[in-house]
Amino acid sequence: MDLAQDVFRYVEKMPGGNLILTTTDSLFNWAKANSLWYLLFGLKCCAIEMMAAGASRYDLDRLGLMFRASPRQTDLMIVAGTVTAKMAPRIRTLWEQMAEPRYVIAMGSCAITGGAFFYDSYAAIKGVDEVIPVDVYIPGCPPRPEALIEGILKLQEKIKKESLTKR
Amino acid sequence: MTEEKKISREELLATGENIKAQYNFLVFITAVDYPERNVIGMVYHLRSLGNRDTLIIKIDLPREKPEIASVAGIWPAAEWHEREVFDLFGVNFLGHPDLRRILLPPDWEGSPLRKDYTKPGVIKRPETIK
Amino acid sequence: MNDLKNLKTEEYFLSMGPQHPSTHGVLRLILKLDGEIVTGATPDIGYLHRGLEKIAENRAYIQIIPFTDRLDYLSSMSGNLAFVLTVEKLAGIAPPPRAEYIRVIMAELNRLASHLIWLGTFSLDLGAVTPFLYCFREREKILDLFEMITGSRLTYNYMRIGGVAADLSAQFIKDAAAFIQDFKFRVAEYEALLTQNPIFLARTKNVGIIKADKAIAYGLTGPMLRASGISRDNRRDFPYAIYDKLSFDIPAGTVGDCWDRYAVRVREMRESAKIVEQALSGLPEGNFKTKVPLSLKPPAGESYAPVESPRGEIGFYLVSNGTAKPYRLKIRTPSFCNLSIISHVIKGWKVADVVAILGTFDVVLGEIDR
Ligand code: SF4
Repeated sequence: MDLAQDVFRYVEKMPGGNLILTTTDSLFNWAKANSLWYLLFGLKCCAIEMMAAGASRYDLDRLGLMFRASPRQTDLMIVAGTVTAKMAPRIRTLWEQMAEPRYVIAMGSCAITGGAFFYDSYAAIKGVDEVIPVDVYIPGCPPRPEALIEGILKLQEKIKKESLTKR
Repeated sequence: MTEEKKISREELLATGENIKAQYNFLVFITAVDYPERNVIGMVYHLRSLGNRDTLIIKIDLPREKPEIASVAGIWPAAEWHEREVFDLFGVNFLGHPDLRRILLPPDWEGSPLRKDYTKPGVIKRPETIK
Repeated sequence: MNDLKNLKTEEYFLSMGPQHPSTHGVLRLILKLDGEIVTGATPDIGYLHRGLEKIAENRAYIQIIPFTDRLDYLSSMSGNLAFVLTVEKLAGIAPPPRAEYIRVIMAELNRLASHLIWLGTFSLDLGAVTPFLYCFREREKILDLFEMITGSRLTYNYMRIGGVAADLSAQFIKDAAAFIQDFKFRVAEYEALLTQNPIFLARTKNVGIIKADKAIAYGLTGPMLRASGISRDNRRDFPYAIYDKLSFDIPAGTVGDCWDRYAVRVREMRESAKIVEQALSGLPEGNFKTKVPLSLKPPAGESYAPVESPRGEIGFYLVSNGTAKPYRLKIRTPSFCNLSIISHVIKGWKVADVVAILGTFDVVLGEIDR
């Protein structure tokens, strides 16, 4: 990515380079935003809502989202559930195995702050952002599938604003 | 019908062998910590699948060095329950086939379900219902 | 050919999970493999351990109910029910009859929803995608019913000590009755897809047999135990709420293989539909709640009230010292005990069979790890 970024920065400085860049930017972003493959990875109750969002009534496939079981084939990790002391290192590993560009959605209050397990729990971690960077937070316990879809649309908006010269 | 029995820890294995034909189903094993009495109380909840009687066996163990014979040979279901009690209360089960932490990571320190367990970073919830 | 004999072979360790599509959560199995045959297995659990039992020691009784939702999140109602029954038993509170009926209706609808998820994901594990979509279609209808009354799709927080949180509306009763009518045909639809499907049979018949004596020794409960031919069901053996007034069968298997566990659950769905029907038609008028103080202080003592959840016996062992908080709350969950037998069952099977066998266990990691 570094080398590519250097090249793009160089292109940016060329006369007319900006035009080329914005066109490629929007092409790349369009492709990235509409083929977010997510990691089939559920932690707890929220994962059931994630499954429901992928099933008959809500049908995430419409948005170009498909689940893959291997982190190496995915762009998006939906952390759906409580992160515990034992699980946190594994989540970090999974995230590191994903290829760039990668995005993370924290789904549910557990993944945001620890939620119901914020107080008194000796094993729950207070939010997945202590372990990996998060792009979109979706509150709820559990968030409804509609909320998840809203969060994904927000993420797509964010991706569409990205530029090749900076991430 | 529910029956309750208090025995000493030496009697556990013999009692278990005696009753295992009738009380063939182990519902759960757990422990309760009583720091004021300096005791960890073991609770064995058994059931007879034939006539649905329940038997609760209670054994007091000293808090400093809680040790007791494992009943995994009598009721195989006990294996995981005993590992859990070992994990969360620090009770040592002698003769257990595979005594390791089950729920917490292997490098965890302390027995969290003991009443005096503390861990930095744990925030106590303010009381809203007195 | 002679060379092959001298070939050095080694056992292979395969770590399945904690992120694996067929472990239904964050279960990790360390498999010891000889080629494709599993020669040993060590389950590794605890990736979701949040310390609920410790949290409960610092909560008033009513504040614990939401946590029981998050144990077995596929059937929150059973968790709710088991907890409130335990507290009611200790404090000597009797809920009004209407509440008892409502509890049964909700618990059984939840059993349907839970079995539907199981059936969907299990068939997905075996490579059949269609039943998954069908099952979720019906499940959404049940969730709509729940949402109408509790306002929530998954974590209902509905049962209260001394009753339930809200009364059933006339609309609910009408819709639920219509749903049950429709559902009976739907079960036949799933069965048409799976029960005699040759691929399905090849994957499940005589696979992963659990003998009756083993099942008892390892403390299995619920459909797992019944599939091995032992007809034990807390709804009949230790009747709570109004189950003793209803007529329903307890399906049991004969062999204890994967197919039996499948068949028991599918037949249970029919029975649950029957129960809901009876409870709806017998629903008495009256109060849905008795008055119980917010900071309930049950007398010192202990209690345990087993409840039949879709997975087996869920029960709370409650030790009270007379204050507003429990002194100790042990949660006996069915999945924890059911899973403890796994390493004995999958020995000798191929890796692909492990997926099928584990699928019929129907474990929920939230209640295993607590
Ligand atoms: S946010 Fe709520 S529903 Fe989601 S995993 Fe946490 S407890 Fe479960």
